[in-house]
Amino acid sequence: MATTEEVKKLAALARIRVADAELEKFTKEFDAILAYVETVSAVEIPQGEALREGRELRNIMRPDGEPHAPGAHTEKLAEQFSAREGDALSVKQIIQHG
Amino acid sequence: MAKLNELTIEEAARALRARECTVRELWDACSKAIEEKNPELNAYLEVFAADDAAIAAAQKRIDSEGENAPLLCGIPLAIKDNILIEGKIASAASKMLENYRATYDATVISKLKAQGALFLGRTNMDEFAMGSSTEHSAYGKTLNPIDTSRVPGGSSGGSAAAVAAHLAFAALGSDTGGSIRQPAALTGIVGLKPTYGAVSRSGLIAMGSSLDQIGPLAKSVEDARILYEAIRGKDVLDATTIPDGLYEARELPQSLRIGVPRHLLMEGVSADVLAAFEATLAKLTEAGHTLIDIELPTSAHALAAYYIIMPAEVSTNLARLDGIRYGHTARGETLLDDYIDSRTEGFGEETRRRVLLGTFVLSSGYIDAYYRKADAARVVLRREYDKAFESCDVIAFPTTLSPAFKFGEKSDPLSMYLEDIFTVTANLTGMPAISIPMGTVNRDGTALPVGIHFTAPHQAEQVLFAAGSAVQEAQ
Repeated sequence: MATTEEVKKLAALARIRVADAELEKFTKEFDAILAYVETVSAVEIPQGEALREGRELRNIMRPDGEPHAPGAHTEKLAEQFSAREGDALSVKQIIQHG
Repeated sequence: MAKLNELTIEEAARALRARECTVRELWDACSKAIEEKNPELNAYLEVFAADDAAIAAAQKRIDSEGENAPLLCGIPLAIKDNILIEGKIASAASKMLENYRATYDATVISKLKAQGALFLGRTNMDEFAMGSSTEHSAYGKTLNPIDTSRVPGGSSGGSAAAVAAHLAFAALGSDTGGSIRQPAALTGIVGLKPTYGAVSRSGLIAMGSSLDQIGPLAKSVEDARILYEAIRGKDVLDATTIPDGLYEARELPQSLRIGVPRHLLMEGVSADVLAAFEATLAKLTEAGHTLIDIELPTSAHALAAYYIIMPAEVSTNLARLDGIRYGHTARGETLLDDYIDSRTEGFGEETRRRVLLGTFVLSSGYIDAYYRKADAARVVLRREYDKAFESCDVIAFPTTLSPAFKFGEKSDPLSMYLEDIFTVTANLTGMPAISIPMGTVNRDGTALPVGIHFTAPHQAEQVLFAAGSAVQEAQ
């Protein structure tokens, strides 16, 4: 059983907020979903070789090549910033000087 | 001749080459239909102004190249709102990206532009492609054109409604757990989820990266094939794309061996949907195809595995949306407040639910019991499918348990998740799958379409098109 405290903690980890008014509903639904997905534990998992993936290519790296010219995309990307100073993204000061 | 916008891509391409119509007339026919019907249906979130230069260029190409012009040249299409078109808003139907303007074209869009295809607008969807009804869109639901009291399915519900109502010749959608095939089934059209890696996802707003694929929603199997051929292929911008021939080529037999996992159909499927499925199978056997009983026992746990793996990937993919570089921005006291306020205001309820669920199944105390277990179950499922394909060419079941449901009917999240019960297996195994209309069932005096679903081995899309054509011919 999930508790409202646990859901609050998960929300903090996920950088979102669940309002107190929603908390109970969220927790109840969360419980129902978890009860369902837990049924996956019934699947018998063979050990060792049988679990190895097939011959699919996975995480194949490609060599770097043909980089674009420096600054080619700067303006387009900077246009999306909510606050900018020149080409820089402006954010809150994080480290305070004593 | 039917109204221009009611033609298939195949018919429209032929009409263009026979000088029976112009590219401008095709565009105008769709625009007019959109003007008439979109205010009610809400299939499009934004309708683009006619691109006169693109229309003229397409016409010129058809005039000069004739039969050699690409089939999609001059054909107006609808694009799901999570696929980037340079200079256009791509919001994934979320408040989070309400003002996000794409800085580049998705690879599928570059490919379609190179063919001379035209874009009518961006279509509605469940927020970040999470849902099976479009009810989770931040910009209002889309109505099913067959019965406007019912959902069009989701998450590519806007694309499906646009094609079914002839507001576009065809559309692109994305499919993470059934988001192309389920809405196609519920609106009476064809929907294809290609093999994992067959189509580049560069420029697709990511949901579940081990599951997502872009694919076509179309009025016929041939149209789906045309669109699929146009967008597929290895892409240096997406390292998960695969080369041709990675998997052993499957023969395209004259008569198909159709595997049917009857043990999965014993409960949950509406009686009339099951009857329509059996009737379709009977027609296929009459046409010379054979049915084979197969067993896929792990399928019973596929949805549970999916609702662990998918939210895990959602929570990581959506972590990039923090209100700092782009997207919805809220500013509080501290930097942490900036993140939390931006994300809380920007994400809708279902998105937040799945982010929480994903955070849970990946958290250190639970990752073994949930995520790693589900990931292992996924391999077992895939082995079962591989084994089944030793004795059959395609695997068939109904796309959904029942036809389109009414708005608000599945307000409990778990009941909505059950909509994906048959379709998720193809995403978990990475195999290609297609939904084809298989007649109608009656609800409250309305004939509602339902779909038959075929899965094929990796890279065997051609076998799916053959199975789809067989169903179309048998109708």
